[in-house]
Amino acid sequence: MNIMSEAAVEKALEQKMSDAHFKMVGKDVSVYYGEKRALFDVNLNVRKNTVTALIGPSGCGKSTFLRTLNRMNDTIEGCRVTGSITLDNADVYDQSVDVVELRARVGMVFQKPNPFPKSIYENIAYGPRIHGLARSKADFDEVVENSLQKAGLFNEVKDRLHEPGTGLSGGQQQRLCIARAIAVGPEVILMDEPCSALDPIATAKVEELIHELRTNFTIVIVTHSMQQAARVSQRTAMFHLGNLVEENDTDKMFTNPDDQRTQDYIMGRFG
Amino acid sequence: MSGYLLITLALAALVMTFVGSARARATQNGASEKTHSRPIYHGLNAAIWTGVPAFIFFLLWLVGQSSVINQLVIASFPGSESLDATAKSLILSEVRQVAAGNIFKEPTPEIQAAVAHLKSLQQLSSVAIIAVVAAAMAIGAFLGYRVIGNRFRARHSVERSVTYFMMFSSLVAIVTTLGIISSLVFEAIQFFSKVPVTEFLFGLRWEPQIAIRADQVAGQGAFGVIPVLFGTFVISGIAMIVAVPTGILSAIYLTEYSDKRFRAVVKPLLEILAGVPTVVYGFFAVLTVAPAVRSLGLSLGIDASPNSALAAGAVMGVMIIPFISSLSDDALASVPRAMREGSYALGATKGETIRKVLLPAALPGIVGGVLLALSRAVGETMIVVMAAGLIAKMTVNPFDAVTTVTVQIVTLLIGDSEFDNPKTLAAFALGLILFIVTLILNLIALRTVRKYREKY
Ligand SMILES: Nc1ncnc2c1ncn2[C@@H]1O[C@H](COP(=O)(O)OP(=O)(O)OP(=O)(O)O)[C@@H](O)[C@H]1O
Ligand SMILES: [Mg+2]
Repeated sequence: MNIMSEAAVEKALEQKMSDAHFKMVGKDVSVYYGEKRALFDVNLNVRKNTVTALIGPSGCGKSTFLRTLNRMNDTIEGCRVTGSITLDNADVYDQSVDVVELRARVGMVFQKPNPFPKSIYENIAYGPRIHGLARSKADFDEVVENSLQKAGLFNEVKDRLHEPGTGLSGGQQQRLCIARAIAVGPEVILMDEPCSALDPIATAKVEELIHELRTNFTIVIVTHSMQQAARVSQRTAMFHLGNLVEENDTDKMFTNPDDQRTQDYIMGRFG
Repeated sequence: MSGYLLITLALAALVMTFVGSARARATQNGASEKTHSRPIYHGLNAAIWTGVPAFIFFLLWLVGQSSVINQLVIASFPGSESLDATAKSLILSEVRQVAAGNIFKEPTPEIQAAVAHLKSLQQLSSVAIIAVVAAAMAIGAFLGYRVIGNRFRARHSVERSVTYFMMFSSLVAIVTTLGIISSLVFEAIQFFSKVPVTEFLFGLRWEPQIAIRADQVAGQGAFGVIPVLFGTFVISGIAMIVAVPTGILSAIYLTEYSDKRFRAVVKPLLEILAGVPTVVYGFFAVLTVAPAVRSLGLSLGIDASPNSALAAGAVMGVMIIPFISSLSDDALASVPRAMREGSYALGATKGETIRKVLLPAALPGIVGGVLLALSRAVGETMIVVMAAGLIAKMTVNPFDAVTTVTVQIVTLLIGDSEFDNPKTLAAFALGLILFIVTLILNLIALRTVRKYREKY
């Protein structure tokens, strides 16, 4: 039997605590599109009930990293991922993992709102239906209402639930897509520039929503807006040319970053 | 003669293009005020004024001259007031034959006089048209030349002419369609004056074998369209049962599952299927499929006839697969990638995504393809003439022989028969029915598509 020193035990415990803190852990993640390498050994941890912002100049691999987290890259021909990514300490790229289940746990919202060409109600009921989360009409009604409430959209659309989701404004559509993701009951929500197609007012609403969602979900958001990153996130990760440059508390990142490149980017000196 | 006239017209327009632009350039050089149109527009405008009115006169002459001349010839033919339309047209055709030099027997003096009259009228008419066209050309060229000036808005004028021309082009198709319909309706009305509409529409027997000439012995004949329509629907139904699932599934496979190389080979091959002449399909149906169907029927203990609805329908189904697969393929491929990703991101499988998102979004295109295929099937002639039967029978047994509207039209019009005989006229009534049926199918489909359209 091993006898550990007091200090070692302390350290191990702390390690364990912080592991539990990490919802998703990326180790040496590299991504190749055919011959082209888009990510270079990225090590990034995503903390539970935290909003993590991914920033960096265009083409640096933010979306690519984000999409490794729920294996959306699987749908791209010729895309290969190496390294490991875990969700609650289980490898998401493991043979035994059902990607359908993974995506139910790690939802995603896209840059352009992409509601299905169905009614608002059916857009939200889609996920619960394919995962068998609701059976009766009453169940569905409840899920739909709850998700819309959480996405802050219910009052705006409650009288037109059976009208097409594509008839909403851009900002409403994006919140509909967030509601749609929420309806499946995910643990993590990935957002790829969710506000880039929205006007300032709609953006403010979505940002407010992200802020609230943090209590129930773990959120990773890609954004080009420094202000947005500063407003909504607690942790920020800076990418450059496929490398993770720095990952830090958002406050520190925007006031006193460790890396010169982060400083330059935030000051608008490149990108 | 007309050929030379047209060439002259074209040349004159071409010359006026150059003359007009040269003059416009000359007036614009050294003009103090700003000029409105570039010289080429002045040239084109002059060319249009020179060519178009003259060309319209020429077209009117081309369309109208022969019937006017006919009228005049007949009117001056002795005793023509007492003749009926058929006799008149007989005389006219004889006169024209003689005038063209095809003489079978010595013409009567009256005919000879009429021939001389015809020839002089034709001469007069061709001189007249040359004069009219030349005058129109000259006046047009003069006006078009004179109007050239810095302030004349030649560009607007040319563009207006082009607009009219495009409008005219779009009218051509409509007018032609109207003409086709009206000729169908006209003949069909003649038919309905001999056979009551109700009997035609609701009659359950189709036996058009009536006496063609007075000395023939034949039955009374029955003109009930129901069995023929029924046969059409049975065969088209079989074709759709073959083609719709095959076409849609192959489109889904090609867009969603197959790798690029497979798609690159199979898609063009499928489209080649659409280019195979239907006669070839007919051979295939008669020589290969029909015997196979027959032996299948016999082995099942069903008395299969050598010409079966199943054989014709199945081959027709193969023929229309490309319409469905190709249009569905386009429709599926044009559903944005964002729709797929949205669905996958919610944890949907490929199958669920296809069934619940892609197919509904692509529905209008798919229905369009199915509909195009269906109207092809309903109107298809060659395969059924060769492989289906001739006897109109009300049956849904696919091993039995049935007949279709198109087959009946063909058989009714083959052989020597008069055009005022119910048997021949029945073909037009059938044609009208076919037209109406496909029209209704199209309307239904348009409405369905509009109603269930899921816009992305
Ligand atoms: N489907 C793909 N096939 C090939 N290369 C790709 C593909 N998607 C992205 N890439 C490449 O990978 C690199 C990273 O792209 P990525 O989309 O992750 O950048 P990004 O940081 O999200 O940029 P942006 O801010 O413009 O969205 C880029 O060089 C891009 O060209
Ligand atoms: Mg991106």
